[in-house]
Amino acid sequence: MSRTPTRAPRSILVVALLGIAFLALPVVGLLQRAPWSSLDDLLGRRAVLDALRVSLTVSALAAAIVLVLGTPLAWMLARVDIPMRRLVRALIVLPMVLPPVVGGTALLFALGRRGLVGQWLDRWFDITLPFTMAGAVVAATFVALPFYVMTVEGALRTMGDDLEQIAGTLGASPLTVLRRITLPRLLPAMGAGLALAWARALGEFGATITFAGNLPGRTRTLPLATFQALESDPEAALALSLVLLAVSLVVLLPTRDRWLPTR
Amino acid sequence: MRTQPDLPAGAQGRPKAVDLTGRLVRGDLVLDVALSVQPGEIVAVVGPNGAGKTTLLRLMAGLERLDDGRLLLGGLIVDDATDPGHVASHDRCVGWVPQDRLLFPHLSVAANVGFSPGATPERVDHLLNALDLRSIADRRPSECSGGQAQRVAVARALAGSPGLLLLDEPSTALDGASRQRIHELLGADDHPTTLLVTHDPVEAAGIADRIIELDAGRIVAAGTP
Repeated sequence: MSRTPTRAPRSILVVALLGIAFLALPVVGLLQRAPWSSLDDLLGRRAVLDALRVSLTVSALAAAIVLVLGTPLAWMLARVDIPMRRLVRALIVLPMVLPPVVGGTALLFALGRRGLVGQWLDRWFDITLPFTMAGAVVAATFVALPFYVMTVEGALRTMGDDLEQIAGTLGASPLTVLRRITLPRLLPAMGAGLALAWARALGEFGATITFAGNLPGRTRTLPLATFQALESDPEAALALSLVLLAVSLVVLLPTRDRWLPTR
Repeated sequence: MRTQPDLPAGAQGRPKAVDLTGRLVRGDLVLDVALSVQPGEIVAVVGPNGAGKTTLLRLMAGLERLDDGRLLLGGLIVDDATDPGHVASHDRCVGWVPQDRLLFPHLSVAANVGFSPGATPERVDHLLNALDLRSIADRRPSECSGGQAQRVAVARALAGSPGLLLLDEPSTALDGASRQRIHELLGADDHPTTLLVTHDPVEAAGIADRIIELDAGRIVAAGTP
């Protein structure tokens, strides 16, 4: 027995279709103008390959840091009665709503060579972040972390802690509960959160160019290379955009059950 | 320090005495109870909805803290309102069967039953047979009927050989035969001290050594069936 499908009013249907068209049109435009015949040549260029390598390295490292920092943070927000929880959550969400350029500027004043913490990193550990690949990773992590934390925290709240309590009464230590109950049930949300964070890191532009610059082979990621190419070589920009589109689709694979057709 | 963080080795499996004199406030409920249970005794707790029956079990399991008074399990202070420290759930050696069963959905029936670190393979085997769960041992909880899930929850709570068993309406989804199996397990020679919340007076009279009635957080009647 299947449910009777809901019949949408025509007016809502029209507006919804307009929404779909609005989202699909740029992608169609991109595919229509793509230089398919010279794509091989364009994608084989050193600048494109460099940008792809930098983008994948930076976004993968950012995703790894997001996973390590974000999982305990999400768990703490969902499970521990911390003081000023709302303030902490607002702080975590801030990079989501902050213009990325402002984020990059803030990073510069915090972690730059004369920044609040950066001056000590430079003086004591000889670590310089601005205009390095490490800086690009920091910028990408800064903007991507909230996407992961919010996704995982939401999942933890939805799951509730009833099963964790039961596991505790059965004699399981908190670490065992985390390993055998919480994490296995959280894996789908962690995958989805990580995909979102990775996608955000991959598309990062404003914070990166402000904090890490636009240095070929070091901090010039695919979005920066695309922007650069738009002025001088539109065909190359289109090819780079196609690469970004393809990589983004691959990154979405962990969440295919939710967003991509599976059958 | 008046509480002991660890129970002595070998405490597991030995029926525990319960001594509670205390009070806790949770929303509208004021639970104010003095209750002593002998080792191995089965006490049925009856009373209307909202009387505090489930809260009493959660208190025993370490999921609620007393606002006043103290609780001893097996002669050890596990909760004392004057002491911020208390013995955590996982150190209390209790088995809890909540009303909504709450099986681990990502684990098989056998893995659910064997979840407790105190569960031996022999004990798990025995319980799978005793509660007629052998044929569904590899199934996920989502593939179990309500009665099967209820039996899995009881088996899981018993597998670690707890000294105190806390049962919250354990028979609601059970047919007569399954109920009989659980009652036989509870009546076995080595059964733990048991607090059984039930709305069924026949079940309470049939299995319990003593019945207490809770109303608005207080014990209003107590007696033997």
